Formats: sequence, structure tokens, C-alpha cells
Amino acid sequence: MSAAKAQLETLPRSVQVVLMAGALALAVFPLVPTQSSDFYLQMLTQMMILAIFAMSLDLLQGVTGLVSLGHAAYFGLAGYALAFLTPADTPIALWWSLPLAAAGAGLAALVIGFFVVRTHGIYFIMVTMAFAQMVFYLFFDNRALGGSDGIYVNFRPDATALGIDLDNKTHFYYFTLFVLVGVYLFLRRVLFSPFGRVLAGIRVNEHRLRAVGYSSFGYKLAAFTLAGSLAGVAGYLWAAQTGFVNPELMGFHMSAHAIMMVILGGMGNFAGAIVGAFTFEYVLHLAKDLTKHWQLLMGGFIVLVVIVAPRGLLGLADKVLNRNQESDP
Amino acid sequence: MNDAPLLVADKLTKRFGGLAAVHEVSVKLYRDHIHAVIGPNGAGKSTLTNLLSGDLPPTSGTIRFGGVETTGHTPESISRLGLGRSYQKTNIFLPFTVWDNVRLAAQSRERHAPWNPLRWLQAADKLQAVNGRCERAIELAGLTHRARHVAATISHGEQRQLEIAMTLATEPTVLLLDEPLAGMGQAEAERMVELLLKIKKDHAMMLVEHDMDAVFALADQLTVMVNGQVIASGAPTDVRADPQVQAAYLGDEHG
Repeated sequence: MSAAKAQLETLPRSVQVVLMAGALALAVFPLVPTQSSDFYLQMLTQMMILAIFAMSLDLLQGVTGLVSLGHAAYFGLAGYALAFLTPADTPIALWWSLPLAAAGAGLAALVIGFFVVRTHGIYFIMVTMAFAQMVFYLFFDNRALGGSDGIYVNFRPDATALGIDLDNKTHFYYFTLFVLVGVYLFLRRVLFSPFGRVLAGIRVNEHRLRAVGYSSFGYKLAAFTLAGSLAGVAGYLWAAQTGFVNPELMGFHMSAHAIMMVILGGMGNFAGAIVGAFTFEYVLHLAKDLTKHWQLLMGGFIVLVVIVAPRGLLGLADKVLNRNQESDP
Repeated sequence: MNDAPLLVADKLTKRFGGLAAVHEVSVKLYRDHIHAVIGPNGAGKSTLTNLLSGDLPPTSGTIRFGGVETTGHTPESISRLGLGRSYQKTNIFLPFTVWDNVRLAAQSRERHAPWNPLRWLQAADKLQAVNGRCERAIELAGLTHRARHVAATISHGEQRQLEIAMTLATEPTVLLLDEPLAGMGQAEAERMVELLLKIKKDHAMMLVEHDMDAVFALADQLTVMVNGQVIASGAPTDVRADPQVQAAYLGDEHG
């Protein structure tokens, strides 16, 4: 009934069970031998990476109410960081390069955020997009930065210190799953921390929040920076998996896809972002197989979901699963 | 009443284009003292409140709060000096529960330790000092039985009480209340008057109000504004007798 419930911040038991089942399915998938398991392993890894990316955006979009149309910039920057850090003849260690790439993306978000979080509503959308386009063309037009063709990541990062071989697809899969679960649990804690409560307050009524003494600028900038560095974690993994980065990674489409994933799954609880990322990518995969006009199909699907499930797929699941408990006190 | 004023506004003026919404208005607020401001619609009462709280910067004039000049400061920094305000139009976090509304306000006074990562991820509802302030404010405002209700679902009168509870949760020394009784029924209004009398002792209060019964029940000092200017100010009984005031304002209702 209320908007707080619409946000589904506290996940109902039934939804939690569904999510646990999903996590379990992801955990056992590599153990089940199938014909094209390599292909699906890579596809699921990619979905998990995008789910991390979508969650990082949800911190801004669903929790704080800041719709960024330039979030891919931080995703791509961390990918490029890995590409540039990796020399031609030897891999670099994961333990320092992942935090460094995430910190680099976070730093970029801090600097850009300093300008953009002062704006509101439609202006925020436009300014985040403008900055991301600047980053995009910086790389696109610059031969030294790889230009429009992008650059190769010469080696997958070395994680033998952790007992993991990232060249092994199954290892990479489990490592990504581990990061996905870690980022999810971290963001859930953030959501209910004093910091997260203030971010939710900014979404609901920023004016009132300032009147009781919060400097909303500082909180929004912190959220923007954190979201940027988590997008960086996803971008780093993406570059490590595909072994290749190009400007498209920070392009407008990538940013827009992330927004759609979050809306599709349901905003403001991070679980929705995961569900949205998986669904979006899977439907995209089906649509591309089906017809070369897949974008039309994709658009229709999004419109349908928004009409049928305005609270996203997770909201729809909640409605279906808890239909009989509407009147609990 | 003998101690120094907590808030001193000197010759505040706010112009919107050619219109002086507030013209050279001076206000002093003392602890345990209610300063009521009345006047017809458009007199500049809410603008005056917004100038004092920092929601609007004054065109000219100065505001001093507890000895600190706050002219042109942001609302959040003025709030942190100990100013709490409520709004004419109910301004709360509608999708949150009453408890969460007040808890968020109370949390704003919590000392943050940004250098300590262990504190970043603790649950907000486990902050004992915040919960204590929150509980006291809710109880003082008489909303304990509504604490778990979503703010959008409680009555209008209760939402007005919630405004006050949120303001009290920041433990302010100065309160600016913009028509706290607006839209309230008789019983609700009486409860609010009772509440304001209860909290008066610890606060310096400026009360903008249309309800004359409440104003004369509460006010120690009464200021009448018309067209952005103060036309009379003083003890309520004196102001009431002022012929200019009767002509401009009270005459309409108390003729």
C-alpha cells in the first residue's frame, strides 16, 4: 500500500527464498555438465558482472533518487585501467590492481560528482550524460588511449595468491559470484546504515532533510563516489573476462542498459537490480537469436514489464507470492 | 526573560523583484517565551520564517543566532546551530513510518566518525542515543501509539504533530513554527496548544498562526505584519487594543 513497501527495502520472506534459490542455482550450475556449458558459463559470468554494475547504479537511482545517465563511464574507466596496467609480457596481480581500478573509477566519480550532484532532476540526468560523453570521446578520439578500436587486455589478472586461476572459466565464474554476493551483502548493509537512511531521505524529501541539519551535498557526493567505484569493480571484471576494452563500454547505450536493468528488476533494494540484469541479458540473448530487429523486441518487452509490473519483476513476485497476506497488521 | 535573546534578526528585508515581501523586520526570540506573528495572507510571515531558517537569503539585514552571524547560511548549518522549524504545508517523509521520520531527524545530531570504517556499516536503528532522542520526541508530541504507522496513513492533525516531533528530535533551542494548527480540528488544536505550552520552557519560539484563540492563549509577545511590514508589536493585550491593528486585521474576525 505505502511507497515504502513499493520500494521493497525489507525483502519479504518469500522473495528472500526465491533469491536464495537463485543464488544456489548459480552456485551449482558449473557442477552440472551440459553440452555447451562453456558458453553458458561465460554468459552467466557476464550477467553477474552486469548485475554488480546494475547494483552500483541502484545505489544512486533506486536508493538516493539520482538517475545517472552516465554511469557506464566509471565501468569503462576501470576496464581501461586494467588494460593499461597490464604490460605486454606478464599478468598483474589481482589483489592490488582490482582495488586500484575501483579507486580510480571512484576518484573520477568524486571529481565529476563534485559538479553534478549540485543539480536536480532532469538536469542531473543531462549533466551526468554530458560528462560520460566527454569521457567517451576522450578515449574514442585519442589514438594514444586506443581510439575507437579499443585495446586488448594482454593477460587476465593473476590471482594465484588467492588460489584462483582466472584463466580457468569455472574459477572466473566462482570468483565473480563471490564478488556479486559480497557487493550485494555490502550494499544491503549500507542501505540500513545511518548513511543509507540519509540517502533514502534524500530520495523522499531532500528539502526536509536539509532542514533537520543534513548537508545533502556531502551525502550525495559520497553515494556517487561509492557507486562509481563499485561500477569500477564490475568494469574491471568485464575487461578481465573479455580481454578487451573499447569506448562502447562507457557509451550511452551501456548507461541506458543499466537504468533499464534496475527498472526492470525493481529499484531501491539491490536484489531487483540483480534480477533485472539477468532478465535483461537473457531476453536480449533470446531476441538476438530470434530476429535482427531485436531492439524492437527488447523495447516492447521493457514497455510490457513497466505496464504489468510498475514495481519491477521483484515487485511483481512479491505481489504474486504475498497475494493472500495483504491484510497482515 | 532577562537573559540575552537566542536569535536576533535586525532589519530583515526580502525583495522578489520589485515586491518587498518582508521590509525591515526585526525580531528577538528569548527562551521560555513565545513570539507570535500574525497578519493577513501574503503579509510575509512565511517569508520571514524562511529568512530566519536559511531557506531564503535576505536581501538586506542581519541574523544572529546565539552570538553567531548566520545571515546567508544554508538551512542545514543553521539547523545545526540549534534551530528547528516546521512548515506551513506538512513537510515530512510520507513513505516512512512515524518512527523512521523522527529517527532520521534525531540521527542528524549524531556525531559521525567518518574515519572509522567499522561504524559505516552498523545498523542505523541500533544507535542507542538516537533511539533515545527519537523516543522522547515522539512521546512529547503524543505520537507513541502511532510510531509504527506509515506517515502517509495517519491523520492530518497527527502529521502536524509529527512535524513538531521531528523538529524536537534535533533538540533545538529555537523553534520556528509556521502555522502548526493549520487545518486542525478543535480537539487536535487544543492538544497542539497543550504541547506547545509543555515545550515552551526549554525553547525560544516564534509562532506564525492564524488561530486567534491559540495565539492569545500562547503568545507572550505579538507582532502584526501587513504587506511585509510590522505595524504593531508588543504584549498581546496592547496589540489587540491598537486601532491600526483592529482596522487591518483583527477587525475582520473579532469585530
